Amino acid sequence: MNPNYLDFEQPIAELQAKIEELRLVGNDSKINISDEIAKLEDKSRKLTEQIFRDLTSWQVSQLSRHPQRPYTLDYLAEIFTEFDELHGDRNFADDAALVGGVARLDDRPVMVIGHQKGRTVKDKVRRNFGMPRPEGYRKACRLMEMAERFHMPILTFIDTPGAYPGIDAEERGQSEAIARNLAVMSRLKTPIISTVIGEGGSGGALAIGVCDSLAMLQFSTYSVISPEGCASILWKSADRASDAAQAMGITATRLKELGFVDTLIEEPLGGAHRHMSEMGRRLKGSLLHQLDVLQAMDTQSLLERRYERLMSYGALD
Amino acid sequence: MSWLDKIVPSMGRTARTDRRNNIPDGLWRKCPNCEAVLYRPELERHHNVCPKCDHHLRLNARRRLSWFLDSDGREEVAAQLEPVDRLKFRDSKKYKDRLAGAQKATEEKDALVVMKGSLDGLPVVAVAFEFEFMGGSMGSVVGEKFVRAATIAREEKRPLVCFAASGGARMQEALFSLMQMAKTSAALERLSGAGIPYISVLTDPVFGGVSASLAMLGDLNVAEPNALIGFAGPRVIEQTVREKLPEGFQRSEFLLEHGTVDMIIHRSEMRIRLGRILRTLTDRPSEPAVTMLEDVEGDDGAPYSAEPAR
Repeated sequence: MNPNYLDFEQPIAELQAKIEELRLVGNDSKINISDEIAKLEDKSRKLTEQIFRDLTSWQVSQLSRHPQRPYTLDYLAEIFTEFDELHGDRNFADDAALVGGVARLDDRPVMVIGHQKGRTVKDKVRRNFGMPRPEGYRKACRLMEMAERFHMPILTFIDTPGAYPGIDAEERGQSEAIARNLAVMSRLKTPIISTVIGEGGSGGALAIGVCDSLAMLQFSTYSVISPEGCASILWKSADRASDAAQAMGITATRLKELGFVDTLIEEPLGGAHRHMSEMGRRLKGSLLHQLDVLQAMDTQSLLERRYERLMSYGALD
Repeated sequence: MSWLDKIVPSMGRTARTDRRNNIPDGLWRKCPNCEAVLYRPELERHHNVCPKCDHHLRLNARRRLSWFLDSDGREEVAAQLEPVDRLKFRDSKKYKDRLAGAQKATEEKDALVVMKGSLDGLPVVAVAFEFEFMGGSMGSVVGEKFVRAATIAREEKRPLVCFAASGGARMQEALFSLMQMAKTSAALERLSGAGIPYISVLTDPVFGGVSASLAMLGDLNVAEPNALIGFAGPRVIEQTVREKLPEGFQRSEFLLEHGTVDMIIHRSEMRIRLGRILRTLTDRPSEPAVTMLEDVEGDDGAPYSAEPAR
């Protein structure tokens, strides 16, 4: 099994392996087999299209956590310029699971904040698998208030299994840190655009996700609890994660239907990680468009609109 | 079968039936902490605080509010709101059936009760979570009712008091439930901006989405003694960090020590202490009841005004 492919992608992996083999043969023997390779590549593309046409919620959930999926810093490098990372909450520590700083997007000054997962084992541990502690959320709060002072739009990138459930996090007030961000973000006098780029894990995601415009990448997810967590509570078995994913409706497509998502950004064939530069191009285009819309609004109507938007969630007569 | 076998079971049955008939159902209750068997009317007179060990047992939402607010002039808000199963959610059971069961068991439509009323003459809005209703979980009805409470508090300039008891977000409402965190927090931020006090009282237990939103945003966060309060549940934390949790972890006293709550207040003193604090925060005369009556007559019963006195 090829670890770079998920279990439902293995047929694609096998085809790709064959293509690689043929390429090696081609190099060695100088026999022209490019026709054969082209044929196989066409087949691989069709197979990928077919597999990705109707993915289950659970498969999308696996894609959203794909080990090669682009993270916040990848997008920062790809589509932003002049990024300067700003560290620390000024009280306790700097949390590497949540990064932020000033940057430019097509020359426009912006504040970028996002969850950050690690790629290598060592890095994963340092980034705490993208699960922030209270100081991470407090750093985010500090940077967002700074953005407000300097009239910079805030762009947040969501990609976390959730806020860290640890002893130290509880001691330092994980709940309060999240709650504070929700309250503060509801009134910041600057546009906020949130994009779910991977996993949108519950309160830990929402803590940087109160916004004027919510975008989701096609194979990202957003949910109140992880499918595994939901399954182990309601079905009494984590093995029913697939059922839980389906029942909760966690995919970008479903959440767009339900009215939570403003913009669904399509991913390149096979997912964002298969074509990073193309993904970056699409994301950048979408962000610029959203910025145009929001920056044209005066602050008062922006805030009124944000409040009404929040009040509309699950509104009842 | 011998004559003895025939006669003994029926004797046993008779005896059991007699005992049941003699003691009305639920007249006694065991304290979950010290296991003392308590006479229910006596327990209720102590507002569900064990007279033997001082353990604060859970108090249902309606009883809590009727005890907390003055008996005159209580008025329930948004009582008609009922939950909607937007996702047609189904796990091992249908959400609709779970709701019906909870409604029957608690005689509440959902997990939050909101009332306008007064506390020793001071007009307030008070809300309480019903933990018996699906673990006091926050779905769209809870969020909406809380927001209406906060909005009334802001518009009528009445302090808001919330008694939280909740396991967190309601999974069966998925993202609708998560968004209630943002919705309630936004309403509280407006209340705060208007200079109206909000006191959050944390009662056993408060976790997850409720803890990480409305329950931690009080001008004062107050806890009842020995309540279990946190973001993640103790079992989840234990599984994550793979070590034993320290003694008293996530209890009210632990939260006080770590600076999360302002104070711990015994249930029997809750009315007096909160009344006093709210009168101080709103610059009302410190004497409750009698003084307040004159005061109310003097300024035509208008509730507290956030505007400075001229």
